[in-house]
Amino acid sequence: MKTSNTLWKERLSGKLPSDLGREVDIFETQIALRKQGRVEERLFAEARLRRGVYGQRYDNGQRHDGVKVQQLSYPGQGPTKGPHTLWDAPGMQRIKIPFGGLNASQLEVLAELAEEYSDGVAHITTRQDVQLHFVHVEDTPTVMRRLAAVGITTREACGNTVRNVTACPYAGVCPDEAFDVTPYARALSRFLLGHPDCQDFGRKFKPAFSGCRQHACGLVSMHDLGVVAETRVVDGAEKRGLRLLVGGGLGSVPYQAKLFDEFLAPEELLPIAQAIARVFARLGEKKNRNRARLKFLVHDLGIEKFRELVLEERSILPHDSRWADYLAEAMRETELPLAAPDAMPEVDSEPFRRWLGTNTRGQKQAGYVVATVTLPLGDVTPTQLRALADVARRLTRETIRTTVEQNFVIRWVSKRDLPALFEVLDSVGLGQPGAGNIVDVVACPGTDTCKLGISSSRGLAAELRTRLAVTSLQLDGAIQNLHIKISGCFNSCGQHHVADLGFYGVSRKVSGYAVPHFQVVLGGEWTNNGGSYGLPMIAVPSRNIPELVQRVCEHYVTTRMSGESFKQFIKRIGKAAVRELVDDLARVPTGQENRFYFSDWGDPREYSIDDIGVGECAGEVISSFEFDLAAAEREVFEAQLLLERGEVKPAGETAYASMLHAAKALVKTEHWDIRDHADDIVSEFRKRFFDTERFFDPFAGGKFAQYLFGAHAKAGLPYSAETAHHLVEEAQLFIEASHTCYNRMGPQVRPVVNVQPA
Amino acid sequence: MELQHINVKLYLERPEAVKLEAVVPVFHEWIQQQVCEELLIDVADYRHLHGGPGVVLVGHQADYSIDNTDNRLGVRYNRKADYGESNRDRFSQALHAALRACQRLESEAQLGGMIRFNRRDLRLFVNDRMLASIGSSRNGEVQRELGGFFASVLGGEANFEMRVESDPRRLFGVEVRALAPIDVNGLISTLA
Repeated sequence: MKTSNTLWKERLSGKLPSDLGREVDIFETQIALRKQGRVEERLFAEARLRRGVYGQRYDNGQRHDGVKVQQLSYPGQGPTKGPHTLWDAPGMQRIKIPFGGLNASQLEVLAELAEEYSDGVAHITTRQDVQLHFVHVEDTPTVMRRLAAVGITTREACGNTVRNVTACPYAGVCPDEAFDVTPYARALSRFLLGHPDCQDFGRKFKPAFSGCRQHACGLVSMHDLGVVAETRVVDGAEKRGLRLLVGGGLGSVPYQAKLFDEFLAPEELLPIAQAIARVFARLGEKKNRNRARLKFLVHDLGIEKFRELVLEERSILPHDSRWADYLAEAMRETELPLAAPDAMPEVDSEPFRRWLGTNTRGQKQAGYVVATVTLPLGDVTPTQLRALADVARRLTRETIRTTVEQNFVIRWVSKRDLPALFEVLDSVGLGQPGAGNIVDVVACPGTDTCKLGISSSRGLAAELRTRLAVTSLQLDGAIQNLHIKISGCFNSCGQHHVADLGFYGVSRKVSGYAVPHFQVVLGGEWTNNGGSYGLPMIAVPSRNIPELVQRVCEHYVTTRMSGESFKQFIKRIGKAAVRELVDDLARVPTGQENRFYFSDWGDPREYSIDDIGVGECAGEVISSFEFDLAAAEREVFEAQLLLERGEVKPAGETAYASMLHAAKALVKTEHWDIRDHADDIVSEFRKRFFDTERFFDPFAGGKFAQYLFGAHAKAGLPYSAETAHHLVEEAQLFIEASHTCYNRMGPQVRPVVNVQPA
Repeated sequence: MELQHINVKLYLERPEAVKLEAVVPVFHEWIQQQVCEELLIDVADYRHLHGGPGVVLVGHQADYSIDNTDNRLGVRYNRKADYGESNRDRFSQALHAALRACQRLESEAQLGGMIRFNRRDLRLFVNDRMLASIGSSRNGEVQRELGGFFASVLGGEANFEMRVESDPRRLFGVEVRALAPIDVNGLISTLA
């Protein structure tokens, strides 16, 4: 943990956007309360997950060292960060990057954070996020403050929330798009962030945008909410619309999204998304985590019924001006070039030509290209991030985005500047060709850092990259453009279902030993926004996967029909033929040589799954009431601190706010749409809990409720030190009484929320 | 000014001969045997990155690595937890830990002598921009403190050259070049 955390707080005080700064302050208080044992571990786990502070492998203090499960004796024997999660164990910080958009200052801050708080690497995920690993929980508020100072929030990067809103990284510059989806993605991201209707999900909710139907870049078909730009000519004028898909998702059971609306009016995007969120929160599964994603709800109800329910919900939504506020901006172009368009000069360099051939594509704006910066395994160093920031400033208006293939793209590069760009990239090792082709292997973190990893997805990816890079120049063109994607387990974070050659980690016992394997999934469709999913074929030991890739690719080259895609080829030859082709690779050889099979790529330890964590993916079910009450308790704690510092007025106000928060939590169990307005809360509380005597204590009667009524009646009046002190005491008692009341109400009234997947 | 999170990187002789994959099992064994003072947790393999952290042995109080930042291979000690009463304590501790790790790697049979500190070049830097940043008005004081420290452990000011990092975006630190080969055992004894 850094000694400078307090100094950063002081330096950035008053310099952060107020909402972002307040979020971090709240999280810091939650850390303090947890250390004092004043917040239970499940609640704290949920609180930190909602700030993107995630667990990491071995954070339960157990690690298989190749011989035995070793206990890691972390010094802090105090609180836990959550069930089976030790306080001092390093964790992962996920950083949301809406539509992958980054500027130079943000890249520089990410470089600094990777250097100072992580292990010197930033990792780009398959959902355009950035992740830092090996971060101490007590450093995370400083990480968040430094990010907030450049306009980035980690809020709702994990947990059962609306996750990062992804979008095609070519949005706005792609020749094939209907129109730029960036403003719509940004608007949805802002609108749903922290939205009250999105706090009560049984699982996560992932939105994605694409500018067209046919390309892969947005992958909308595998998202909970997929949005595709469309245009139609109406009365002679071009009109924008949004093709809306719902209920897609990968995971262990992949579902293709269903068409919700062919041509939704843009002004309906936010309210319909809100209505979907409300239906998901209300009807989505909460107890059985394995069926809690939206895809199951849509499947179980049927798309017609689901649509009917959403439209019904839409019809009763109170109007929100934000639904349409952004639309004028959306109609204007949002990005501009820095340099004038110009022809590319002649360059006599084979590496440059190869890079140019695979890593650049023309924009719809003549004279400009998008350049892809390939990142091996999605990893990037601080030096590289700073070089990217420099070149983005020098050649563009800092128009950089992350991609779902774990790369960066630099947009609006004048063709004239391509040699200069390549020179900079090459100087820091980022000039590798092969963007989006078979060498550009995608992998989730797997056993490297993920608590749920079964096999080493990154180890295999590194091995395949190395082998394929050597031979890529000799590979047949049909193979060059295949996609390989690897997940460390069946949860599909590596998106293996939509790859030509997909793999996910499994374990098998051979001769009494665990052997790392990968299930082979072939023939997924990357184009058409991840249009169809591959077929599981056979489980093969990790060590044989490179041979399998070579054999399957060779078979494809030699036996494919004219113009036949890999997906069509796999479908034509069928599973039996594929099995016959690779069946021998599924076996672990006997004898001495088989020791090689008992370890995984990049990891010399004898393989074991004994140290797989419980995983926050398998996390907690916490009622919204509990979560709200925890917030009320944090507020009363803050009120106490204010009082200690002699800040009487804010202490009184905060104590009063904590009572309102607790009262609202109770009211919400029966009336979800209660407005965040003091008069409404007190009135509804009185009607539902005081007049009915349900809030009454067996001995004290309605005394604790009177504390709220008294505070409400005096709201706005000055506080003395004494009255503020009394109010803080009363608030604490009121919150305790709220807990008691809730417990008396029984489980049937409790809306439950918030489970945890990665 | 109190400095923390001191890093020391000892540059290697014949870096082109180093096969980083050979270091991975060695670091795993270090975890198995918990050979260092710090709690050792995991190995992070970044061999695929150009000019990156190389292979990192992640610990709780500190990380050890064969680091390739700036495309210069070296044994790096990255102190993460607070340490000591004075800056001099912290410089000493980090340099001592780096030298001890280097000595251990040099004697690892599995590595066949491929890892060897060049006995002349090292970098000491502060992995915390709040506590030390390039361009800070307090740097003169820190430089004097660092100069004094190296003079005392390397036998006098005449025995080394020290260059201060100047790129304002990089971590504050100094490159030190000993004018005669460093006696590693002797220096470890001095620092102990």
